[in-house]
Amino acid sequence: MPAKTYVQTTINGEHVDFLCEPRQSLLECLRDEIGLTGTKEGCNDGNCGACTVNIDGRIVTSCLVLGVEAEGADIETIEGVADGSNLHPLQLAFLENAALQCGICTPGFIISSKALLEQNPNPSEHEIRFWLANNLCRCTGYDKIVRAVQDAAKRLQEA
Amino acid sequence: MKWIDFEKPKTVEDAVKLLSDSGGNARPMAGGTDLIVQLRVGDPRVNADVVVDIKSIPELNELSYSSSKGLTIGAAVECYKIYGDANVNSHFSALNDSATLIGGTQIQGRASFGGNLCNAAPSGDSIPNMIAHGAVATIAGPSGTREVPVEDICTGPRQTLIGDDELLVSINFPSNGSGFGANYIRFIPRNEMDIAVAGVGASVTIEDGKFTSAKVSLASVAPTPLLVKEAGESLVGETVSEEAIQNAANLAKAAAKPISDMRGTADYRKHLCDVLTRRALNTAVERAQGAS
Amino acid sequence: MTTADYERNMVLATDTDYKVIGTRPVRHDGADKVTGRAIYGADFDAAGLLHGKILRSPHAHAKIISIDTSKAEKLDGVKAVVTSKDFPQSESRKDQWLKDNILASDKALYAGQAIAGVAASNPHVAESALGLIEVEYEVLPPVLTTQEAMASNASILHDSLTTEELGEDTGVVSNVASHSQHVKGDISKGFEDADVIIEREYNTKTVHQGYIEPHNATALWSPDGRLHVWCSTQGSFVVRDSLAELLDLPVSMVRVTPTEIGGGFGGKIPIYVEPVAALLSRKTGAPVKIVMSRRETFEASGPTPGSQIKIKIGAKHDGTLTAAYAWMAMEAGAYPGSPVGAAVQCVFSTYDVENSTIDGFDVVVNKPKTAAYRAPGAPNAAFGAEQAINELAEKLGMDPIELRLKNVAKEGTRRPDGPVFGKIGAKEVLEAMRDHPHYQSDKAEGTGRGVSIGFWFNIGFDSACNIAVNKDGSVNLTEGSTDIGGSRTSIAMHAAEVLGIPVEDVRPSVVDTDTIGFTAVTGGSRTTFATGWAAYEAAQDVKKQCIERAAKIWDVDANGLQMEDGVISSKSDSELRMTFKELAEQLSDTGGGISGSASVNPSGVGGSFAGNIADVSVDPETGKTTVERFTCVQDVGKAIHPSYVEGQMQGGSVQGIGWALNEEYFMNDEGTMTNSSLLDYRMPTSLDLPMIDTVIVEVANPGHPFGVRGVGEANIVPPTPTIANAIYDATGKRMTQLPMSPGAILSVSPE
Repeated sequence: MPAKTYVQTTINGEHVDFLCEPRQSLLECLRDEIGLTGTKEGCNDGNCGACTVNIDGRIVTSCLVLGVEAEGADIETIEGVADGSNLHPLQLAFLENAALQCGICTPGFIISSKALLEQNPNPSEHEIRFWLANNLCRCTGYDKIVRAVQDAAKRLQEA
Repeated sequence: MKWIDFEKPKTVEDAVKLLSDSGGNARPMAGGTDLIVQLRVGDPRVNADVVVDIKSIPELNELSYSSSKGLTIGAAVECYKIYGDANVNSHFSALNDSATLIGGTQIQGRASFGGNLCNAAPSGDSIPNMIAHGAVATIAGPSGTREVPVEDICTGPRQTLIGDDELLVSINFPSNGSGFGANYIRFIPRNEMDIAVAGVGASVTIEDGKFTSAKVSLASVAPTPLLVKEAGESLVGETVSEEAIQNAANLAKAAAKPISDMRGTADYRKHLCDVLTRRALNTAVERAQGAS
Repeated sequence: MTTADYERNMVLATDTDYKVIGTRPVRHDGADKVTGRAIYGADFDAAGLLHGKILRSPHAHAKIISIDTSKAEKLDGVKAVVTSKDFPQSESRKDQWLKDNILASDKALYAGQAIAGVAASNPHVAESALGLIEVEYEVLPPVLTTQEAMASNASILHDSLTTEELGEDTGVVSNVASHSQHVKGDISKGFEDADVIIEREYNTKTVHQGYIEPHNATALWSPDGRLHVWCSTQGSFVVRDSLAELLDLPVSMVRVTPTEIGGGFGGKIPIYVEPVAALLSRKTGAPVKIVMSRRETFEASGPTPGSQIKIKIGAKHDGTLTAAYAWMAMEAGAYPGSPVGAAVQCVFSTYDVENSTIDGFDVVVNKPKTAAYRAPGAPNAAFGAEQAINELAEKLGMDPIELRLKNVAKEGTRRPDGPVFGKIGAKEVLEAMRDHPHYQSDKAEGTGRGVSIGFWFNIGFDSACNIAVNKDGSVNLTEGSTDIGGSRTSIAMHAAEVLGIPVEDVRPSVVDTDTIGFTAVTGGSRTTFATGWAAYEAAQDVKKQCIERAAKIWDVDANGLQMEDGVISSKSDSELRMTFKELAEQLSDTGGGISGSASVNPSGVGGSFAGNIADVSVDPETGKTTVERFTCVQDVGKAIHPSYVEGQMQGGSVQGIGWALNEEYFMNDEGTMTNSSLLDYRMPTSLDLPMIDTVIVEVANPGHPFGVRGVGEANIVPPTPTIANAIYDATGKRMTQLPMSPGAILSVSPE
């Protein structure tokens, strides 16, 4: 079998290097090579958003990124959202608004919502729903997720 | 997924060389939102051994505008850059109709109009819009570059006239005069994250209450995105009116040759061509009248 | 979106004398789940882990002539290949069917059915090996609907399947596994007495639960003969018992550790990849992990059935229902066992009708074996019955809620299928709907409004719980119910209420099958009811021991002591007083630690009713429906954690909206699903919905110490008829098929 590729990247602020096959997605690399299993696989074709990560300031579905493309990239995953032992306001808002049931989609929703609030600190309900349309949740019906994002926006603005 | 090799050339020349040296087994990749899925499921139409990541090539990341040259969008420019661009918003705002509805937010972080065109799906949401804007593609190959109107690129489902040894470099949109308006709309059962059951791109130029030019292009109702010349031509010289627009919509409907599948029956899709052409033309007219 | 000037999430509480019950604490597993630390099945890792993949039938109906795995076995990196031959000999026809649904032996009965499993050093190699397995099929015509399957010339799935007619084996080979009938009163007389009769046929398509996490399992068959499986399941004991049965092992030789689970809704009750991983582990001696793809999850797990339903209802001019008849045929999938039996128990149970007859048919077809999906069968039935009730109301010139109230079932009403209702809240739900600001408001211009109500009976079954007191005054609570939506917290709240301690001082864990007593599945809306009850009893056990210990410390009679609000005190001597925390510190020095336990199988199950009010608009040119406003009202008995109860109501409502509007298995003529992706199987996105308003109605269930009924299921029953009734109101079109997709709506003419 041909050689693996050496990839150097930054994940959650830390330098991370890993070996991967070019056919491995970034999602596979995060989960199987690096051990960051907080990023989830729901469909492996970009339609559920459970594998959402932030690369260089843009959210993407990591199942549709090759691991080798991560060379030199700055990646944020769910494991990097909390500040040490302090949860991010979005994480607190998701918990206090009961915005998760099974929780499998939650990492993707938090990464997506965080990117939204960073570029639009006070989004309307429609803007939240539009931005999050690439993140599927089958448990909640989205009501409490939308409210959690609204609540987090308020918390962040007050902070 | 079967084993692939990965290359990341820095110049158009290097990319073309990689493609031409591979004997047809290499595929250029921009955002990869179609290609990676096709490779993963072993789609026989995409049997690549080498993936050529073209996102490091400057020409493919160009996003520039001048009144003389119009708008140039490099083949790898992601949708979010298109709808975030001041020139696009000032001069080609109808392109955002497509850029904001290809996939969801995450897909728009990777997907490009160039990739959408090369993927050549009948449902490609940017293609009828580009056709309606009279866009022209620049293609580089071993023997130099050539320019081809977008409406001629797709030759069948997932098939284009871009050779295995060629690379789509950019797409150019000629400047529009005053009185220009365009729109792309599609019909999907959900409100996002869906494949067009039918889609319509329309553009018009209006002077003194009359159409001086018009184009209508359809998605998802033929083996390729379709320019319905007769629909646009029927409007030229006509006074803006419901009747003229309905007549164009009828012609668009007549030109549609859809199949029945899980996304909709052929009859339903033809019906939608009528409805959507009317709606797209009306919006294009509103925009044209707002712009003049 | 509607701007609400009222409380959008109401709780009509009947008993508020609680300290913990009815509050909204943050769940104990919350921090793990918002930081990515929670370990779900696919996250599980083990030293030397191998990856398994499964070869699946491309044909919906075919004889398997031969399977040649030799080339796959030789591929570099492949460690083992298994087929049905690796299973022990079957004891019975039913046993063989169970095995065949895991790995087919002589016949493939649906496209996607497993044929062989491969374990390899990495998943890509395992996948490549699948392409080297040679299977020779003799393709047979597929049977895809109940209509096709019940036709006299139908292609037969099972030569050994004979129809059971009203409990008797007829000996006739057919695709109809069984026909059941429930008769109450005299249906002919009932229709003779009717002034108005409504009669229609309804058809629904196969739909999937749509959980975001695909099925997964890791198995390690140890050299000591014990099998250990880690997987996302709704019932670890079901997995244990099923594995033991299929692999011919005593249950004590199988240990199942339930991981965190990414949704189930009934679909993660059966096993699929677990036995294949186990067989591969036995052959390799290594742990083997199998994770389904999304396509496999659609094509090879257990969706809920398509169905054909005929409803006939008669009433007098004053609205009194005189007769109700239902004929329901439901697709079982490849092997017998559709939810038609449950549908029979729900179809007319909201109403007190003197005369009713219900025929139910369980029919095999060439589709995946159906599994439970949230109130299985009941939404299909309600789609017909609750549209018929609205039609009746229109013909009688009555308000549809008033017509329902006039005939509503109450305590003492005998259900059409036999049981007599205890205390139920159907009337209270309908009254809450009628009085709701949504129903009292005027419809927005261009919208239509629909209402309906649905019933689900809920279940009890076994649950176990252990509680151990820590010396800091907290308690460790262990239980065996998979937590899919916050249940470990609602169960912990039962214990906290009894012990009078903060719920944060209860540390709940869902543990493996070696560590807790037998606990049935998380399903049937039973978890908070039954496992909560076990926690209540275990906490009572702890409480009793605390009082006894205090009596020992104080050297007084335990009968003179009490424990209230976390304080043990004497009823007569105010000096004798000690907090639970103070006692906990002394346990070790006064006779040792305290732990309580309970195993229960509660019989006091209380069924739940849920109703909806929905406003929709329909684009007259495209047929596309937009849900403008939606309200869900449900009697839950007692909401232990109202936020999580609302979440269940909202989630069930939205699954129902998806089912109503767009979700379906789209099968081609060969019987292959053509939309097996989350792009083309159109579940609702956030952009497709309004906020979902809720009203929690509390008609306490006398069969539970806090009045709990269970909340997970009844809420998916009314959405499909509610949306259908709203579409009718908006367009005049009576939709008799699901989904009510844009094209379908456009193709129907107004009445």
